[in-house]
Amino acid sequence: MNIPLDLPEAIENALQGNCASTTRRRFLKASGALVVSLSVAPSSGLLAATTAPDGTKLAGPYADPDFRQLDTWIVIHPDNSATFYVGKTDSGQGTGTAFRQMMCDELDIAYDKTNLIMGSTDITPDQGGSGGSDAIEVDGWPMRRVAAEARRALLDLGGKHFNVPAAELTVRDATIALKSDPAKTVSYAELVGGRRFNIGLTGNNIDLTHGMAEVKPVNELRVVGHSLQRYDIPAKVDGSLTWAVDMKLPGMVHARNVKPPVAGAVVRGIDESSVTNIPGFVRVIRHGNYVAVVCEREEQAIRAARQLKVDWQPPATAPFPASEQLFDYMRHASPTSKSEPEIEGNPDAALGSAHQVIEAEYEVPFQGHTAIGPAHALADPSNGQMTIYTNDMKSYGQRNGIAQFLDMPRDRVRVVYMSGPQTYGRTAADDAGFEAAYLARELGRPVRLQWMRNEETAWDTKGPAYVFKLRGGLDAKGKLMALEYDACAADYNHVGYNEPDTVLIAQLMGRRPKGPAKGAAATPSDKYAIANRRTTTRVVGLPMIWETPLRTGNLRDPNGPQVTFASESFIDELATAARADPVQFRIDLLTDSPEDNAFRRVRSLAVVRAAAKAYGWETRPSPRKPTADQILTGRGIAYTYRGRTVVAAVAGVEVDRQTGRVWVRRLVCAHDCGLVINPEGLRRTIECGMLHGLSRALWEEVRFDNQNITSVDWLSHPSLRHSDTPETIEVVLVNGDPRPDRPDLAPYGAGEASHKPMIAAVANAIHDATGVRLRRAPFRKERVLAALRAANV
Amino acid sequence: MATTKLLVNGAMHEVDADPATPLLYILRNDLGLRGPRFGCGLGQCGTCSVIIDGIATRSCTLPVSRAHGHITTLEGLSKNGKLDPVQQAWIDEQVPQCGYCHNGQIMTARALLDRNPDPTDAEIRTAMEGALCRCMTYYRVQAAIKRVARGANPREKVE
Repeated sequence: MNIPLDLPEAIENALQGNCASTTRRRFLKASGALVVSLSVAPSSGLLAATTAPDGTKLAGPYADPDFRQLDTWIVIHPDNSATFYVGKTDSGQGTGTAFRQMMCDELDIAYDKTNLIMGSTDITPDQGGSGGSDAIEVDGWPMRRVAAEARRALLDLGGKHFNVPAAELTVRDATIALKSDPAKTVSYAELVGGRRFNIGLTGNNIDLTHGMAEVKPVNELRVVGHSLQRYDIPAKVDGSLTWAVDMKLPGMVHARNVKPPVAGAVVRGIDESSVTNIPGFVRVIRHGNYVAVVCEREEQAIRAARQLKVDWQPPATAPFPASEQLFDYMRHASPTSKSEPEIEGNPDAALGSAHQVIEAEYEVPFQGHTAIGPAHALADPSNGQMTIYTNDMKSYGQRNGIAQFLDMPRDRVRVVYMSGPQTYGRTAADDAGFEAAYLARELGRPVRLQWMRNEETAWDTKGPAYVFKLRGGLDAKGKLMALEYDACAADYNHVGYNEPDTVLIAQLMGRRPKGPAKGAAATPSDKYAIANRRTTTRVVGLPMIWETPLRTGNLRDPNGPQVTFASESFIDELATAARADPVQFRIDLLTDSPEDNAFRRVRSLAVVRAAAKAYGWETRPSPRKPTADQILTGRGIAYTYRGRTVVAAVAGVEVDRQTGRVWVRRLVCAHDCGLVINPEGLRRTIECGMLHGLSRALWEEVRFDNQNITSVDWLSHPSLRHSDTPETIEVVLVNGDPRPDRPDLAPYGAGEASHKPMIAAVANAIHDATGVRLRRAPFRKERVLAALRAANV
Repeated sequence: MATTKLLVNGAMHEVDADPATPLLYILRNDLGLRGPRFGCGLGQCGTCSVIIDGIATRSCTLPVSRAHGHITTLEGLSKNGKLDPVQQAWIDEQVPQCGYCHNGQIMTARALLDRNPDPTDAEIRTAMEGALCRCMTYYRVQAAIKRVARGANPREKVE
């Protein structure tokens, strides 16, 4: 069988961006003959591993790029430019630009002489794609180390070239010179341009990949720390970029799904004659309760999906309670799992002897990703292989999952990552890739599939709903003596990424894993010193766990915004009870924090103080003194860790007493993620993370009756808009590290941290402005107005 | 199927399609344009926006048979190889995150500035209200519009 290795030319060019360099696949083919000239060892196809980790032979066209080969990561071109190949994806935070900066520094090459390819499974090593804000924090390290190893190898070759020890050489901008005679130079290209390094690397897993070279100390980095413009933005604003959604192939057809009108409905029959008159009609494809229509043109497929008559049998019992009854249901449902209580000190005794005991419950509904562009993919089944073009942020997982789902050898499946609408977690991009691949194999033609808006908003995975109960005890001086935290999450059967037995098409076809995932309820991440604590969590399930649009999956910091809403709102409630300023109350709790938390405590204090200072925080208890104004103003703070990154956010709000509308007029964020790679890129990521959190604070809520989702578009599922945008957003990049100038300062993640405290910061600010405590998110104006009226504000 | 004439980015095209087909699919699938993208198909998010005779228009709900006039897409904004000032401001301000909706942000902003070259902050918010962004780049979108209207370091304009 003759399987073409090349991607279509247009895609190859798109992947290459603006850098006119030899393409990867061409390089793989062309460089083979040149291997022996560089290496004593005979070539054995080292770029591609010949065996999988489980020992089976790989023979298809798409072998796994071997992360233990330097050539997998870096190619030096004859024009003295370089291309980096990394196994990550960029959801729009500029991580690609940051990777290039880090690798340029270690390789000693100018940024504009480099190019970066991300996330295509056949040509980039498997670093897992995106997720968990770990791109810079975790995956940046092997990138830095392999670039340092390439520099070392080039210096070694330079030494041989000049017949001197490498220590007698200097290198700058991809050119090596003799220290003793700087006029004598040799370029990287002259040493290895267009050819392979053939240098093996070590490391038990890809995160540990390293060669013999060490990375540079931070104070020697010259590209890192500068606000280079993102390389991907020009083509995104002039219309020249080929996105995954733009992909077309000869012979391609268009598909649309037909989803059950009622959750859990079963297909009894399909009247195909209802659509066969549509011009361009190709086929109806059904397997179990999965139904799709395929037509030659896109608008035909959309029409056919609407027009197809399917006889659906609704389920005998309601799949879930209506959203208005959700929290009552959760409070009374039997847990599917419970954590062992975590107990510090003696919370019962401390609460029993407390001067004042405060208790509060908080509620957060299901919230969705609701990507601006509905899920899509193009699958090409030609020549016994399968290629999926997608913006799925975990392309490697999609490749493995689809291979299993279709029962194809992994080496005949590849996933080509391309730009797409924001993903921020486990979105329907996973599902669409599997669906397109399945349909393409059924039809034997390339299939382009896109979900419709109502499908995306209703059926995409949801962040879990939560009910929290907190109790705190204060002593006579207002010091927090004890804290009880209990969290209940509707997170049973949380789906993972690209799982072949939990993606939606698998569920609708009737496939089931051995058992549902347990899900999780999370706990706060603050570093407050509280001598007596009890922390308990439990997970509950909804009546229907399969084939349901209320399926949970990771959404940007999967539990963080919910948990922090409860924990940081409650800290404010305690501060109010203690008649303490909310910032000072937090500082006191952090100052008393035990020594084993010293590093995290000092960074916590730094961000809390920096946020308060930047805001011009007036020290006083909340709420402020009531006024008779129509517009009530106030401020609120919340602080949290996400991984090793710590943030404090201050929201300055205006609440309209007449309408209940909340406008967050001002936002301040103090943020410490260690070493900053690209300050302006980081600022934008922080800003947008805050506003995404603000959208969840003010608007986002999945609504449903006891049959189906009723929030299905931008009217029934509102999101933050231009008019909600704060007038000013100030980001303070703090470095609360005990030694911020240390040479080995590590970078931590920044994709989610600023998102996390927002619901709490806004709730605290509304309370400061109005004296009314909102314990149920989101704070839409109807809910705020009702609360103000109930409190006679 | 019927033949429809379309004037897009200064060039006349004839397309053979069902007259009820939304303009968006013709632009993307018949004319090979990539600026306007599908977001909702309901005219609610602006991702599919084009400018028709100076007015930002949702191509996902406009039947091709009614797409009369000069249609400009994102690809048609640049002149003589030079980016439109709005596009340049988007780069200078480093506005997008994922960028998927920014066709709609840019086209809506261009139409606003064509009819009102010096909008107040409130006018910017009102004009842009229907252009949704799920990465929440609104703050930088507004800053870039002010950059075009008021120069590189825009001061607040009080209405």
